[in-house]
Amino acid sequence: MATFSPTATVDDPRISLGDVGGLPPARTGGGDDSSGLPDYATRLRRARLGLLVALTPVLMLFVSFTSAYVVRQGLPSLDPRTATLVRDWIPVTLPKLLLINTGVLVLSSVFMELARRQIRGEAALASADSIPGVSPGGESKIPWLPMTLVLGIIFLFGQWMAWRQLAASGFYVATTPSSSFVYLLTGTHAVHLLGGVLALLGAGVASLLGLSLTRRSIVVDVTAWYWHFMAGLWVYILCLLEFVS
Amino acid sequence: MAGGTGGGETITMSTHESAVQAHAHAAPQGFIRKWVFSLDHKVIGLQYYFLALVAVFVGMFLSLLMRIHLIWPTAALPLLGDIKPETYLTLVTMHGTIMVFFVLTTAPQGGFGNYFLPIQIGAPDMAFPVLNMLSFWTTFLGFIVMIAAFFVAGGAPLHGWTGYAPLSAVQSTGPGEGLGADLWIISIAIFCIGALMGALNFITTTLDMRAKGMTMMRMPLTVWAWFVTAILGLLAFGVLLSAGILLLMDRNLGTSFYVPLITVNGQLTGHKGGSPLLWQHLFWFFGHPEVYIAILPAMGLASQLLSVFSRKPIFGYKAMVYAILAIGFLGFMVWGHHMFMSGMSPYTAFAFSIMTMGIGVPSAIKTFNWLGTIWGGRIRFDSPMLFAIGFVSLFVSGGISGPFLAQPVLDIQLHDTYFVPGHFHLIMGVASIFGIFAATYYWFPKMFGRMMNESMARWHFWFSFIGTYAIFMPMHYLGMAGMPRRYSQMTEVGYLHDLIPLQKFITYAAFVTIAGQLIFLVNLFWSMFKGKKAVDNPWEATTLEWTTATPPPHDNFGGHTPVVHNGPYEYGVPGAPRDYVMQSDPEIEPAH
Repeated sequence: MATFSPTATVDDPRISLGDVGGLPPARTGGGDDSSGLPDYATRLRRARLGLLVALTPVLMLFVSFTSAYVVRQGLPSLDPRTATLVRDWIPVTLPKLLLINTGVLVLSSVFMELARRQIRGEAALASADSIPGVSPGGESKIPWLPMTLVLGIIFLFGQWMAWRQLAASGFYVATTPSSSFVYLLTGTHAVHLLGGVLALLGAGVASLLGLSLTRRSIVVDVTAWYWHFMAGLWVYILCLLEFVS
Repeated sequence: MAGGTGGGETITMSTHESAVQAHAHAAPQGFIRKWVFSLDHKVIGLQYYFLALVAVFVGMFLSLLMRIHLIWPTAALPLLGDIKPETYLTLVTMHGTIMVFFVLTTAPQGGFGNYFLPIQIGAPDMAFPVLNMLSFWTTFLGFIVMIAAFFVAGGAPLHGWTGYAPLSAVQSTGPGEGLGADLWIISIAIFCIGALMGALNFITTTLDMRAKGMTMMRMPLTVWAWFVTAILGLLAFGVLLSAGILLLMDRNLGTSFYVPLITVNGQLTGHKGGSPLLWQHLFWFFGHPEVYIAILPAMGLASQLLSVFSRKPIFGYKAMVYAILAIGFLGFMVWGHHMFMSGMSPYTAFAFSIMTMGIGVPSAIKTFNWLGTIWGGRIRFDSPMLFAIGFVSLFVSGGISGPFLAQPVLDIQLHDTYFVPGHFHLIMGVASIFGIFAATYYWFPKMFGRMMNESMARWHFWFSFIGTYAIFMPMHYLGMAGMPRRYSQMTEVGYLHDLIPLQKFITYAAFVTIAGQLIFLVNLFWSMFKGKKAVDNPWEATTLEWTTATPPPHDNFGGHTPVVHNGPYEYGVPGAPRDYVMQSDPEIEPAH
């Protein structure tokens, strides 16, 4: 049990109400600036934390699929002609194109990281604009962000082509449980990567519209981490399909 | 100009951006932005609350139809006419689904959590307001899709709220298993996405937006409960979503994840090799944590209210926090106890059984701490306190039958009987509902600036308290006597004949209890406009929501951020000029 020490004037009506009247008049902690708005570092930290939390259910989604994949692989199936239990898991030969797609995605992840560092540098230099006589320089820069975007779209197109190759070799969604999982895992991953592509497009549109550099910087930063996650996830999926079958 | 540093990164905001943000923080004026597509967590909380209110009356109406049909099986029912067995199963399915997802998950977390979590930690809003708005409207869309299942060819599904395959995985298994079942799955998938967006906001807000001085161990237990509930949702809803995707593929793309080689109405379905148990594992990995998603917020609230209305600090604050964490953790370890009937290995069942009974330990810690809190207190029996005590009573009554069902030998006898609905309605359903009622009576003054009518609240409490016991306690006896659940017509079964009077009693009790809820409805809307004006802190409570205006301003604290100096349950402090010290009051000194 604590005791109350009347060091404060408890007759103060603001304190007796438990009001905030006796407190500093503006936000002073938590990374807020003097206008009461969160500063850049706070917003970036918050966005990164949000992304980290958001990746958890994505991870759980693919953990569930992996669990189902392993369980389904070991299940026997009843053959109605012979009335015996047989294995219906026919391993799918994955198209070689997936390896090329993997290279494209990994390369795009590298570009994405360079884009992230580039826009962070631009944002840091932006303050120099306001100093008289100081110019941050007008040297040309490599368009890492558009290049990442293009590679992302190429990857998605490559995945579509891989699907067509699978279908051409007779493996449709319901042909065999293994082909069901190939379509399921690659499709779900593609939908998630499409989210990253849309985020990059959003950042590009924001740039064209002249929206603030700090906001674009945050969008690119969290999209970059998301993109890296998607690249890692794809490598995991490919290994699962190739080696656990 | 605003500038900020951190992590070696120095960025200067443009004038334009500051202007945009200042605008974003201003209170919206138009009706659409203020009340429909609002970014304000308080408005979004109210939206969730009223969505749950609509859903609970829909769900309650369906349960009433079930109860009428059970004792008058030949009677034509309003809107439905004659009830066929499959129609009865449709009622069971939709009642359970609507109640679990759109009431028990929506109101305590989406409603009250949204409204009060940011205020209780001293934040101006949720971390991601736009995502918060999307979260609500996604949930709303999910509800519309769910209700739409009633109005498509074949009607709503009949596979139960648990959606067991292969019944749920093949379109030809019943009249509601066509488009209705697809809508059911899509609705739940949409709900999952909305719930995940909400959970993201709850966790980020709690971790990153606490006011100065609001350490984790100074957070009210309500905040702890919402926080842990959000973590549970984050881990569980992704799994349910994955299970739903596989189910949709089995139903519409001909895959065989869940469906083995089976015939339906003499026809091979074309599936082979799938496992219905795979669905059960995935579903219950979500389903059991869902029980805690429903009840943890009510536990947090009960802790809060028992302390406030006993005028005593919560007994064992740290133990309560660790108990919440332990319940959340163990909740993911026990899904197999829903599957004792599935032919699982006795050794596996034994492990799940031990883990399940292990949850009794943190649950008992909480219960004894609640009793310790009110022991010797100067109890104020206001309506929120009545419902909080009611919650504890229902939690104990419903919880005590948990260890029965946790034992495989007993569960095999009791599993498909009325014992199980009796158990889970008390512990998960009605206990959580009592938490929602307690929260409504407690926070109504803050939300609407007026007090609810206390006389009507007391009538409502006694109708609800006696009524729910009258409905659900006899179900335990029905179950032990062998009355199976899920069947629509049991009045002609000889060995159950002596149980018909008990079934009738339950139905009459349901009539009375539901009539009591109309008192609540009248009180709620009457008090919004005609209730007595509320002061800022009518219950003399200590947490931050009671330090601000009533109702709170758009940014919660009118341009200020509170600084926290004290814990959330400082009641009866020796030497204090009154019997409570608010969290933002000057720091109190520890006793020597």
